[in-house]
Amino acid sequence: MTGRLIRRELLRGLGGAAWLPTIFFLIVAAIVPFAIGPDAPVLARIGPGALWIAALTSALLPIERLIEPDRAEGILDQLALSGTSEEAVAAAKIAGHWLAFGPLLLLALLPASALVGISPQATARTALSLLIGTPALAALAVAVAALTSGLGRAASLAGVLLLPLAAPLVIFGAAAASGDAGAALKLEAAVALFILAGAPFVTGAAIRAART
Amino acid sequence: MTLVDGRSLALIRGGRLLFEGLDLSLPPSGAVLLTGPNGCGKSSLIRLVAGLLQPSAGTIRSAQAALADDNLALDRELPLGRALAFWKGPHQSEATTAFGLDPLRDIPVRLLSTGQARRARLARVMASGAPLWLLDEPLNGLDSDGMAWLDDAIAGHRAAGGGVIAASHRAPGGEWQELAVGR
Repeated sequence: MTGRLIRRELLRGLGGAAWLPTIFFLIVAAIVPFAIGPDAPVLARIGPGALWIAALTSALLPIERLIEPDRAEGILDQLALSGTSEEAVAAAKIAGHWLAFGPLLLLALLPASALVGISPQATARTALSLLIGTPALAALAVAVAALTSGLGRAASLAGVLLLPLAAPLVIFGAAAASGDAGAALKLEAAVALFILAGAPFVTGAAIRAART
Repeated sequence: MTLVDGRSLALIRGGRLLFEGLDLSLPPSGAVLLTGPNGCGKSSLIRLVAGLLQPSAGTIRSAQAALADDNLALDRELPLGRALAFWKGPHQSEATTAFGLDPLRDIPVRLLSTGQARRARLARVMASGAPLWLLDEPLNGLDSDGMAWLDDAIAGHRAAGGGVIAASHRAPGGEWQELAVGR
């Protein structure tokens, strides 16, 4: 069942609006030079951090379609009846969501890094830190989507919930992207692992709690 | 082996006691019709038997269940055949035929009419091969053909030793043991 769920999640992401977070990511990257001004050294210095903020905010976009439609449609109920645990559903959703969101974002990093004008070395470091960080962003998005499913104004609430939770990831991820990877990269990986391991349980509990 | 064994069940929802001291047991080939006015807790009792809600008091054990309620639980953008196939029921092709859905296989789920969607839900339950069927208002939106198909499906399921619990204002065909829900 888990494999089929991952496939369904991926197809729904790609068939739906998987390009939306990617386009959003590119637009933010394009706006940064306008806001900062055409000062190449400054842009090169803040570029990786700006790209991380772009990635973080683009991870917010698909939150509403991750859990709520399946809850309202009774698909989560039917999955429970078919003997799939809520935690397995959550893990499958995280995997499927990352597959629809992560690789496209990493691909969009190439034009985005050209837009903010960072060096190829910095682009490679940013790509590595995003590769480690985006699965955790996907996990956070699914967990927050489950926590807010069924609530009014879920989208704005989700933003308020997700951004502080993502702060450690952004701190170490942006540090690893900006230079001197080593320690920051390890800490980022540790934070990402912690989020990835915890998120299915948070999501599972939230799905059960939202059941009426 | 009984399919459902519930003893002195009570359920409180939203601070309101829906029922208490309710005993529910369903032998193989049995069928129970839950009756009572709107809001008396029929649907909640069905969700309780499905294991989706926990009783406030009492104990319940039930066999593997399949549920058809208000929710379609099929992907709206997919053609009906593929949406049903997601649930990988062992009896999918029989169920599709039994509810007259063969001509609708290629129609996207979102375009189904109320009655067709109701039949799709019932087909999902039949396809699951679960010994226990939980049907919440199964007759809503069904035309006379649909009702006849449902009667046949229930009769076949019971003949094979399966049980059915339905909440409905009218009994589908066959012998039903009535259970009044509520205080």
